[in-house]
Amino acid sequence: MRTARILQLSIIAAVAGCSGNQSALDPQGAPAIHVEHLIIGITVICAAVWLLVMIVLGWALLRKRPSDSSQPGERSLTISVGSAVAATVIIITGLTIASFYTTRGIGLPENAALTITVRGQQWWWQVNYADPDPALSFQTANEIHIPVGQDVRVQLESADVVHSFWVPSLAGKQDLVPGRSNSLLLRAERPGIYRGQCAEFCGLQHTHMAMMVVADKPADYERWIAAQRQNGVMPTDPDAVAGKVAFLSKPCAACHTVRGTPATGTTGPDLTHIGSRKTIAAGLLETTRGSLAAWIADPQTLKPGNNMPMVPLTSVELRDISAYMESLK
Amino acid sequence: MTIREDGQNLRDTGLGEIELDHRLSATWSTPSGLWGALSSVDHKIIGRRYIVTAFVFLALGGLLAMAMRLQLSQPEARFIGPDRYNQIFTMHGTNMMFLFAVPVMEAMAVYLVPLMVGTRNIAFPRLNAFSYWMYLAGGLLLWIAFAVDTGPDIGWFAYVPLSGPQYAAGKRADIWAQMITFTEVSALAVAVEIVVTVFKQRAPGMSLDRIPLFVWSMLVTSFLIILAMPAIMIASSTLILDRLVGTHFFNPAEGGDVLLWQHLFWFFGHPEVYIIFLPAVGMVSTIVATFTRRPVFGYLAMVMALVATGVLAFGLWVHHMFVAGLPRLGESFFTASSMAIAIPAGLQIFCWLATMWAGRPVFRTPFLFVIGFMVIFVIGGMTGVMVASVPFDTQVHDTYFVVAHFHYVLVGGAVFPLLGAIYYWFPKITGRMMSETLGRWVFGLIFTGFNLTFFPMHILGLQGMPRRIYTYQPEMPWSGLNMFVSLSAVILAAGFLLFFIDAIRSSATGATAPANPWGASTLEWATSSPPPPYNFARLPVVGSLEPLSNNPETLPVASGLSVDRRELIVSSVVEALPEARESSPDNSIWPLWSALATTVLLIWSIFTPWAVVWGSIPVSIALIGWFWPKGTPEDDA
Amino acid sequence: MFGDINDAKWSFLATFLLVVAGAAFLGWAQQPRELRTDPPLVADLDRFRLMSNSIGGSPPESYFAEGKPYESDAYNLSQGQRLYTWFGCQSCHGDGRGNVGPSFLDGWWLYGPEMVSIVASIRDGRPHGMPAFRDRMTIEQIWQLAGYVQTIGAYSTKVAATGRRDDRHTRPAENRAPAKILFNEGPVGAHPDQGPSP
Repeated sequence: MRTARILQLSIIAAVAGCSGNQSALDPQGAPAIHVEHLIIGITVICAAVWLLVMIVLGWALLRKRPSDSSQPGERSLTISVGSAVAATVIIITGLTIASFYTTRGIGLPENAALTITVRGQQWWWQVNYADPDPALSFQTANEIHIPVGQDVRVQLESADVVHSFWVPSLAGKQDLVPGRSNSLLLRAERPGIYRGQCAEFCGLQHTHMAMMVVADKPADYERWIAAQRQNGVMPTDPDAVAGKVAFLSKPCAACHTVRGTPATGTTGPDLTHIGSRKTIAAGLLETTRGSLAAWIADPQTLKPGNNMPMVPLTSVELRDISAYMESLK
Repeated sequence: MTIREDGQNLRDTGLGEIELDHRLSATWSTPSGLWGALSSVDHKIIGRRYIVTAFVFLALGGLLAMAMRLQLSQPEARFIGPDRYNQIFTMHGTNMMFLFAVPVMEAMAVYLVPLMVGTRNIAFPRLNAFSYWMYLAGGLLLWIAFAVDTGPDIGWFAYVPLSGPQYAAGKRADIWAQMITFTEVSALAVAVEIVVTVFKQRAPGMSLDRIPLFVWSMLVTSFLIILAMPAIMIASSTLILDRLVGTHFFNPAEGGDVLLWQHLFWFFGHPEVYIIFLPAVGMVSTIVATFTRRPVFGYLAMVMALVATGVLAFGLWVHHMFVAGLPRLGESFFTASSMAIAIPAGLQIFCWLATMWAGRPVFRTPFLFVIGFMVIFVIGGMTGVMVASVPFDTQVHDTYFVVAHFHYVLVGGAVFPLLGAIYYWFPKITGRMMSETLGRWVFGLIFTGFNLTFFPMHILGLQGMPRRIYTYQPEMPWSGLNMFVSLSAVILAAGFLLFFIDAIRSSATGATAPANPWGASTLEWATSSPPPPYNFARLPVVGSLEPLSNNPETLPVASGLSVDRRELIVSSVVEALPEARESSPDNSIWPLWSALATTVLLIWSIFTPWAVVWGSIPVSIALIGWFWPKGTPEDDA
Repeated sequence: MFGDINDAKWSFLATFLLVVAGAAFLGWAQQPRELRTDPPLVADLDRFRLMSNSIGGSPPESYFAEGKPYESDAYNLSQGQRLYTWFGCQSCHGDGRGNVGPSFLDGWWLYGPEMVSIVASIRDGRPHGMPAFRDRMTIEQIWQLAGYVQTIGAYSTKVAATGRRDDRHTRPAENRAPAKILFNEGPVGAHPDQGPSP
């Protein structure tokens, strides 16, 4: 069973590449594992009941009728139907109780080790790692890192319309509702990249609103946190240096923040460490210099209707800005 | 009783068959020509119109589904852009729910219920005509808007704030909300007519325990419509107010609530499922009884199950909101209630099984569709039990699993019985039989195509594919199954195409049908196929649940009704004892004018609230024309 | 159903033909929602001509050829509404009634209510504190924003006007022509700190 799981995982990882797995049938966190057990249990019971009904249906239709026209007793039919209904009641009650127990198993614990605030926007995820010390708080986007084996509380808010946070391999989904604050327990049992996607229809680009949850070993996680708290790196590569100048003088800086520079826009995702993220544009493309350039050059073709405008750039500016973006590790 | 020849109150007593037919036809028939067609109040003509229109919308909705399957057949396909795709899936859902499923069930009832309870027309026939025109206007509004790229793009559920003033630009959401108003008005009108027809116009002797099961199911459905529709009426009206005049029902910043919309919508939206499903249950019971050559086992249990389903239907709307962040304890209650509805549904299944076991099945096309219904609907019911569980639902909510689930319930649970019902009642409606050979092909293609199309969607959903996405990335492991589903959808579409061909062909050249081709036992088969404008030359008197099988040759009839003005019998609610001779309204053009005036008001009000003031003037004029006393008994009715 | 009775055919045909007619004959009238404007058209938006006193002028020809999308298209107007918030217009112009900057609702347009004037004001800035947004927004965004600004200051409602935002309610919604309602309350006092009007 366990080896099969690992084999399955490695196949999925090989197929899915860096996109991470996104399947309720491949649970890697306690809440999702509890639910998967329930899914398998209910499915087996329901399939058995369906099969039974089909056998009875086939038998009722095709059985050999007695040649005389005598009607079978109403009494025996009443007993059969009555006992079938009684069996239904028992099965339904059993499933309801199983469901209640699973619900208790996936509830949020009193105090989670870590709280992350996720704010849904059309069509990306703003992620806030808050710290009592404001200097240690930071914001990122579309990628959430969590330490393996720890309960993480995700606080869910929406900046505009209803979204739904769903990372199937780690937990069930929970809506982000404007004017309300929901929360969800997230927990990964082993390191890996788990893909998630908005599950509530939220407009034009509901399709391309994915996020990656990266479960790190505690040491890796600490290293990541420390890196994220830094300001954006000063570029050294000449292209990237020129790119930074172009970035700051063009409309880019009006919507995006790169900490440590005059770019402090808050409309778009924080780009301070965009080069370190696995994907850009909410899971649309892998982060490479080429995909960055493609995205900046024509965001409305790749993700029609998103709020990033097509900024007119020369090819040199485009190359430099993508180099700068890539250098922001 | 003496026959008075003063022409004012000629009764049918003692008239010969030919004379009777002649005089009743003159009284009840619809004049030929366009004007006659527009002013008809005959429930059969209106019911037929309703059915045909609903099937046209089914075909259009099916085309949208095929467009979506084309787009989803490959990852990152570019056949349809996100803006158009969002309109298409919204149109598909809205069209199928509001313009096909509910109206077609009501349409079947408009046609069949008066015949099945043995009366000459539906109650409030002019309201019936009005409701059809409103329905047609609402459907045209939606489809023309879609044609000019103003189709709603907010989902058939129209969640705020996405459908609200800030995020839904233009008139798209207003058109959705106003289309709801049209279908609400027409659905409520039909529901009231059916309740009154069933309660007050049953044939003498058809006491409550002798009502056919289809009529019972339509009665429960009508009550569901009357109780559920006001919720969506409030929801769509408040949405329009928020959008048009700047109210704040759903604006959190001003004390409104986003979840209020979801509660209002699903308080309607869940009973809606049973509004579609319960008539189908009635159709299944009727077809099972006819093709197993015995009454349905457990009549009382079946009726109780219908009523129980109707009551429980209002207690489980929250299972559409399990991931909205409501308190867990409350959600658990709704898990229990959602699970509990499996009990009356199971009871009905077991009763049909018992009927089939005890009877002698005849495998004709209508019965094949019922067998297909049993296979598919039970799967839909099982997945329904699954999504009723909160933890299960957190993984499959808003995924293709749910898409598969509700297509199994709605197509398996309602469209299969409906197609069976069309094959079953087609001879009654048109006087011609549909092709048995083609019917078997239609069933085979639709059954195979349906399962191949929708079963894999369960797996896609569990593999993490969300609903309402216009494409997916190549690295997601969904492309193979999606291509398979798209190809299977072609089989399904071929089945429907064949059905339409068969229906159109048979209506022109099918074999002529006798009055009772299936040997059925309910009253609609006691009259000719198609029925004369007055339905029954003499109103039947019912002495049992199966009036035709107990005494097929000599159905007792009542006499004493006028033949030179429209009259029918009003009977008591429980025992159906005749109480009075009541006149039934004559043809009138005013329902059409009223519907047109209302249409102008409703569409105009998308653009300015003043339309409600100025638009009410033509509506008032039309209603005054409608109700103006003309001094004839038909108009007093 | 599809009975050989005249009436059934009539209703079937009527429904079908009306729907098809709606799709085909009205289809030409559709104005598809453009999510991506062609780059040459966008570049052309920068080439409007302004009168020498910077009040009024004429938009590029292509703007008319496209059917004045930034004034009449609901999608562009609602994008403009978002940009109004995102680019901090509120910090000076409030909800449209002005604060440090002039009001859009008092009936007075310092540079006239034409689109090109508003676009020029946003793009190039104006004396007395209006910054230039040339380097902060693309020209397409500027046109979207200008269309929105013109809408909230219009005296008659545009059919395509956006509704209110899901926010605190401080003035009537855009689709109710707030300028018309507030104009009747009398003009907002001149802004003495703004210097002389142009």
